[in-house]
Order: sequence, then structure tokens, then C-alpha cells
Amino acid sequence: MRLWIPFAAGAGALLTIASIVGADWDLPPVETVGVGYPGSGMVLVQDVEESAALAAANVPPPSPYTPDPEGERASEFYENVQVLGDLSVDEFNHLMASITEWVSPEQGCAYCHDIENLASDTVYTKVVARRMIQMNQTVNADWTDHVGQAGVTCYTCHRGNPVPENAWSTGAPEPAPAGGMAGYTGSQNRVAEVTAYSSLPHEALEAYLLEDRPIRVHSSTALPTGENQADIKDTEWTWALMMHMSRGLGVNCTACHNSRAFNDWDESPPQRVTAWHGIRMVREINNAYLTGLAPVFPDNRLGPEGDVLKANCATCHNGQLKPLNGVSMLEDYVNSLTRKISTEVPDFESYRPGETELLAPGSTSDAGPARPAASSYAAAE
Amino acid sequence: MALLSFERKYRVRGGTLVGGDLFDFWVGPFYVGFFGVTTIFFTALGTALIVYGAALGPTWNIWQISIAPPDISYGLALAPLTEGGLWQIITICALGAFCSWALREVEICRKLGIGYHVPVAFGFAIFAYFTLVVIRPLLLGAWGHGFPYGIFSHLDWVSNVGYQYLHFHYNPAHMIAVSFFFTTTLALSLHGALILSAANPGRDRLAPGRQAEVKTPEYEDTFFRDTIGYSIGTLGIHRLGLVLALNAGFWSAVCIVISGPFWNEGWPQWWSWWLDLPFWS
Repeated sequence: MRLWIPFAAGAGALLTIASIVGADWDLPPVETVGVGYPGSGMVLVQDVEESAALAAANVPPPSPYTPDPEGERASEFYENVQVLGDLSVDEFNHLMASITEWVSPEQGCAYCHDIENLASDTVYTKVVARRMIQMNQTVNADWTDHVGQAGVTCYTCHRGNPVPENAWSTGAPEPAPAGGMAGYTGSQNRVAEVTAYSSLPHEALEAYLLEDRPIRVHSSTALPTGENQADIKDTEWTWALMMHMSRGLGVNCTACHNSRAFNDWDESPPQRVTAWHGIRMVREINNAYLTGLAPVFPDNRLGPEGDVLKANCATCHNGQLKPLNGVSMLEDYVNSLTRKISTEVPDFESYRPGETELLAPGSTSDAGPARPAASSYAAAE
Repeated sequence: MALLSFERKYRVRGGTLVGGDLFDFWVGPFYVGFFGVTTIFFTALGTALIVYGAALGPTWNIWQISIAPPDISYGLALAPLTEGGLWQIITICALGAFCSWALREVEICRKLGIGYHVPVAFGFAIFAYFTLVVIRPLLLGAWGHGFPYGIFSHLDWVSNVGYQYLHFHYNPAHMIAVSFFFTTTLALSLHGALILSAANPGRDRLAPGRQAEVKTPEYEDTFFRDTIGYSIGTLGIHRLGLVLALNAGFWSAVCIVISGPFWNEGWPQWWSWWLDLPFWS
């Protein structure tokens, strides 16, 4: 009896049915936008319904009111205002109210403040928030090559959550790798959302958004000259980062590249320049602002390997080419969020809850790579 | 071109689909027929338009000449001649020429009283082309999704369209199509090698393995029975070849028509159904 034939046919039929029923197919109509020259195949493709749902889910909340920049300064009126001291009291309270809506709408002011004494640094989140406000100001002031005039606010990442939904930490996705000879995977062959469910190296974020592993591994000549030492593995690491960027922004490779020559800036859409600055911006955010906060966070706010939750492209973009549909929220936050007021950092290593640490004079947060020119906001003031 | 003495007996009247006796004649070795005339018409017009488009374009470099489809923004409308209109007319000419050629093959089959296997097989190639430049653009809502007519430019299009879905090797229909292409070449090379091995064994009179003696199909069958326990046979290998080749073309058409109209994420993500199977999820 050739019993294997019906069994094999049955298994094949079941898998076929599972793939047709189980896969998340789309149906026409489809929304398409040409990126390159007609016929180049550089086209962004999006499902009409999903794209509409995404746009509806990313409408920024309105500012509660327009604050009055005149009047007493916050540092004179309140105690322990270390970063936002030169705002007016009205601007300061307007930002505090906004942050509550942006970050802890359910938990309220008490998420960061000791309600008995709002000035106290008892709650660790207040120390973190102070640093995040500095980060916000740096992004808007120094990184206009990436964030443009739209800029960012706390809401760009937080979206009403105390911890942004798209944060990441180091370590492999579950399940843990097998031991012995099967233990070495070269960071590959683990299905991870970060690589858009491919088998490409899942530690790409550590390599590129924390460390600065070289991304551009493409040879610039048709034939090998021996100068480019990058191999296929290096290409796969780069590809993994690109998969993350594509997924984080809801776009495909042709949003930034003409695949006939990935390396060639002249053939690339201008978005590639914006993305280049974005990679370096995220690297600074992670290194200068987030990893240093490790001693402040309680264990339940750290990743499985004990590292601080970090930012990647999806943290702000949330699946959109332009976060929050490209709408700027900064109109009522020009004084509070678009200029660097104080760039000093306290020594987080000596952090004790309840003990107020003053921002150390002299030390600055300018630890990142070379910056683009200062913001036009600063010039406008 | 000389007509072999026995060929005349196969050149019979009738069997035409259209035109009756009007075009039922040969020019030299070539059967004409109504569809021969339409083939010539569409081919000449389409080629002339390509040359015209090249003359309007920036280069006469044969590798770089390209007739681009309209911009996506034209949707399914007709475009001005120099902005994709040429591509639209050339596409009509190409489909007209390909279909005419297939129907001319049908008429020849009818004259000879043989099956329609050849025009049917060619029909799969036409179907794949029709899918690329008509079905998929219709489903996506713009003629601009067709590929440009140029030697390098159509390859660039293939590359970029693949990267629209992040990693095209995860496309399941692409996997099937590629497997059929490879299997087709495997089957054809085994078949070709086997026929040559039986027909051109050697030039020695006696030495085993080098005897100058054409072998029968029984030898061919025995070779594969000895090697893999099974021989598909002399007719079967041709059925297999046809099935493999037609599937290669068919699944190619499937893999591109599902990319965009029915799946617009990265293809790796499509496999989440596999991860969600109850056995290991």
C-alpha cells in the first residue's frame, strides 16, 4: 500500500488551506504613490482601509489652551524647577497639563509627582521626565534635518502611555536558542518583529542604533577592488536595520532607495537624507539620554537583560512615514520644547529617591555625534 | 528556401479560423493566414513606435533605450503620447501580435490535424505578460504599474518591485515559480543528456560503453530505473516537461499579481500564518 501518497496530499492540502485562510490577505483597491521616475517600479503601496485607519489613529491631541508667555517666571514661583525655569508660570502649567494628557492620562499628576510636595524628586519618573524634556528640546533644536518644522513632543512617542509602545531592549526574541552546536545563530533565523518577520539578524538595533556599526556596506565599483571588506553577513545586518525602518515607517525599500544602486545618493529619493539624520538622531537619543538613566529606573521598567528601554524608528513613527500624519504639535510649545534651555545632566549613578539632585554645572548632554545647524526656532525667538 | 519533396503533402487547404481561403497561402516556407497578416501589422506598428520612442528619448544605446509607462498619477486613463501613451499603444500592439501568433499556430495545428499543445503553451506566456501589463495595473488602479520596455529599465523595475515587498524571496508563489523553473531546466538537461547518450554512444565497434550503435528507448528507461528506480518513459518526459514549464510561467504570473493587489506588506510577514499554526504557537 502506498499510504504515504494520501497522507502527503492531505498534509499539503491542509497547509495550503491554512496559508490561504490564515494569512492576512488584503483586497483591492490599493493606494499607490509613485516615488521615482515612471516605470522605475519605485512605488509605495498601502491598503486603503489600513491607511485610513492608521491616519485616524494618529491624529494629535489639541493643545488645551494657548499659554500667556508674560508674567512671573516658573523658577521664581515654584521650587526645584531646573529645566523649565525661564518659562512663564502659565506656560509651565500648560506644559505640565499637556504632559499629563500625553504620558499619564489615567495616572494623572501623581505618576511623576509626590502630591503632598510637587517640588520633591521622590518619584523616579519625575527625574526621568526632566531628562526627557531636555531630550525633547535637543531633538527640536538640533535635529531639524530629521524632524523638520513638525518637531516632536512627548506625545510623538508616548501616545497616552507611560511607556511608549514601540520601545526596545537588548536580547533575543523568545524562545531562547538551543545549546551546544545549535547555540550559535549569528543573530539570525529567529523570527522577530524588528526585522519585519524575516530571518535577518535580530540584534540590528543594538548594532546600529546603540553602537555605530557601519551601515553602508555597498561597494561603489562594479567589480571588486579589494578595498571593501564587507561580506554578505554585513549586508544582512544592514538589511535587518532597513527592515526595521521599513516596518516602523510603514513603507518599503523604494521610499529611500532605487534598488538598482542602493548606495547611490544621486538616484535615491530625498527621504534617504532625512533617514540618514534620523539614524544618527536615534543613536544620540539612546546613548546620550536613555541608557544613562539606568540607575534611576526600577527593575520592572528595564528589559530582560537589565538595560533601559530604548528608542528606534517605530517609537516615534508608529507605522507612518510622517509621525502623527506630519502635523506639528509645537505651536503652543515653542518656548517650552523647541529650544535647549539647560543641557546639564545630574549624576544618575548617585540617584536616591527623594533626594533632589541639581543638574551638574559644566557637564552637558552634548555627547552625541556632530550635529546639524541650530534650529530656526532659536533664530525666531 | 527549398521545399523538401515530402513537405508538399502536409500543405493542405482549409483549417482557417478567419478569412476562409483569402489568406490561405504560403510565402516561401511561412504559412500566412489572416493571423499572419495581423501579426505583421501589430509587430511592424509596435516596433516602429518603439523606434519612434527611442528617437524622442535621450539615447540610442540599445541597452538603455526605454519606453516608460505613464506616471501613476494618470491612473487608468490614456496618457499623452510622450508621457506613457506610446507605452499604452505598444502594449496593445504587443498583445495583438502575441495573440495573432498563437491563433496562427492554431490554424497550422488544424491543417496538420495535431493537438493544440503548442498554442496552449504559448498562451501561458501571453497570460504572464497580460498579467504584468494589464491585470495587475487594473487591480492597482494605474497603468503606471506596468513595466517599462527597455533592456536595462525592465530589470530595474523587477528589482524595485521586489523591494516594494521588502524581501521577495518570501513570496510563496515566487518560491513555487522558481522551483518550477529550476525543475524545468533539471528535467530538460536530464532528458537531453539521456537522448544524446543513447543516440551518440561512441565510435568503437565493440568496446562496451563506446559502441557505435544507437540504443532503443528500453536502454534509456533502464538507465533511470537503475539510477532512481523509475523511468517516466519516452512520452511521459515530454508531458512532464510541458507541465513543469507551464507551471513556471503560471506561478510567475501568480506571484506578481498577488504582490500589491492582495498583499501590500513585506512578504516575510505573510508567513505569520505558519507561526500561528496550533502545533507550535
